Amino acid sequence: MIKIDNLKKSYGKNEVLKGISTEIKEKEVIAIIGPSGSGKSTFLRCINRLEEPTAGVISIGGVEITDKNVMKMRENLGMVFQHFHLFPHKTVLENLTYAPINVKGVTKEQATKLGEELLTKVGLFEKRHEFPNRLSGGQKQRVAIARALAMNPTAILFDEPTSALDPEMVKEVLEVMKSLAESGMTMLIVTHEMGFAKEVADRVLFLDGGILVEDAPPEEFFSAPKSARAKEFLEKVL
Amino acid sequence: MFNFEKIVPSIPYILEGIGVTLQIVVGATILGLILGILLALCKIGNIKPLRWFAAFYTSIFRGTPLVLQLMLIYYAVPQVFDIQIQAIPAAIIAFGLNSGAYISEIIRAGINAVDKGQMEAAKALGIPYSKMMKDIILPQAMKNILPSLMNEFITLNKESAIVTVIGAMDIMRRAYVVGGSTFTYLEPLLIAGLIYYVMTLVLSFLGQMLEKRMRRSD
Ligand SMILES: Nc1ncnc2c1ncn2[C@@H]1O[C@H](COP(=O)(O)OP(=O)(O)O)[C@@H](O)[C@H]1O
Ligand SMILES: [Mg+2]
Repeated sequence: MIKIDNLKKSYGKNEVLKGISTEIKEKEVIAIIGPSGSGKSTFLRCINRLEEPTAGVISIGGVEITDKNVMKMRENLGMVFQHFHLFPHKTVLENLTYAPINVKGVTKEQATKLGEELLTKVGLFEKRHEFPNRLSGGQKQRVAIARALAMNPTAILFDEPTSALDPEMVKEVLEVMKSLAESGMTMLIVTHEMGFAKEVADRVLFLDGGILVEDAPPEEFFSAPKSARAKEFLEKVL
Repeated sequence: MFNFEKIVPSIPYILEGIGVTLQIVVGATILGLILGILLALCKIGNIKPLRWFAAFYTSIFRGTPLVLQLMLIYYAVPQVFDIQIQAIPAAIIAFGLNSGAYISEIIRAGINAVDKGQMEAAKALGIPYSKMMKDIILPQAMKNILPSLMNEFITLNKESAIVTVIGAMDIMRRAYVVGGSTFTYLEPLLIAGLIYYVMTLVLSFLGQMLEKRMRRSD
């Protein structure tokens, strides 16, 4: 469904992504792992064009992403950030309904209904009229996931969704993501939660130095990594 | 030493200047705000010529004396364009153009202070630029902008006293006129000073109220 062909990205002379190609099928859950600075965030952000790729082709559902159709594409491709980025001046429910109403033209009633359903799903219905700064980190991230879902996306990108959370809140967010994966959502997840990757991902992409070093099912990757770099990395983190 | 009795009959005349001063200050603020928003959008946008223009505009108006700008508009515009311009409209235009430069800097800084993640989250949701600015970025920037804007308004209120050089009948000018006709300058000037001071206090108070209201959503 998402096809990435020879994706390159440079910041000045610094080549951060050195030609990445892969294809993500519908309903696939992809864990992207690798050392800090290896280009994981840049890779995700090139997919929805928060960063402009230097070279390469990305297509979604057979349609090549260009500057012209990028806005339309973003409507159907959710993103969840490490630091949530909820809109602080809007209530939890308004965070969920703003984009459906203003981007997709959904009626307020419909958006509210869907928003409340999603909040129920992530266990935060009672918080719908609170402002985000009244929530804990874990709750904020669950709202952020619900906000992405409110656009009814075909896939969601996650950039270290649990890295900014206190340890006791990691689980509640991973639970939500797990049930999302089980419901058949296509997901690309940059994560350092190896247990979660092992359990939930269909495939692991291991990035190092801007190169896609390994692309394998988790059983294979975690028990018998092919490259020396992946072995070294796993020894450090496991 | 003081002889206020002599000028008591002239006090209502001086007070009438408040209307003129406010007319100039409010008019200039509205003009300055519109200009400031437009210039700020030019400054944060990606269109190079507009950025250059906005930067150039700001440096000119911040880099030359306000009294010079005022006199240029009052005396030079009629000479160049062959139209008459009254003192009050000239003052509104001069102060408006001038504070547009300062306000654009206030707004630009306020927008830049909003967490970059907000813009990214809005983009990732497919929210178009104009709606993102209007509904997501500017409401948050307002918290940073409002206190400085209120300061600018207060400064403008005081600085507007220089319209006296083009003969607009504001508080300052009237105090001066009363001084001239009664041959006592100290007392009317003190009264003018008191009026400006009270106006500043009132504006500061209103500004604080407004800020408190804005903070309620935190
Ligand atoms: N906006 C930017 N400007 C310049 N360099 C950047 C920028 N964003 C990321 N980089 C560089 O790109 C490399 C990869 O960054 P990133 O994709 O954030 O890595 P990761 O998410 O794997 O930690 C790093 O060396 C980083 O310094
Ligand atoms: Mg990163």
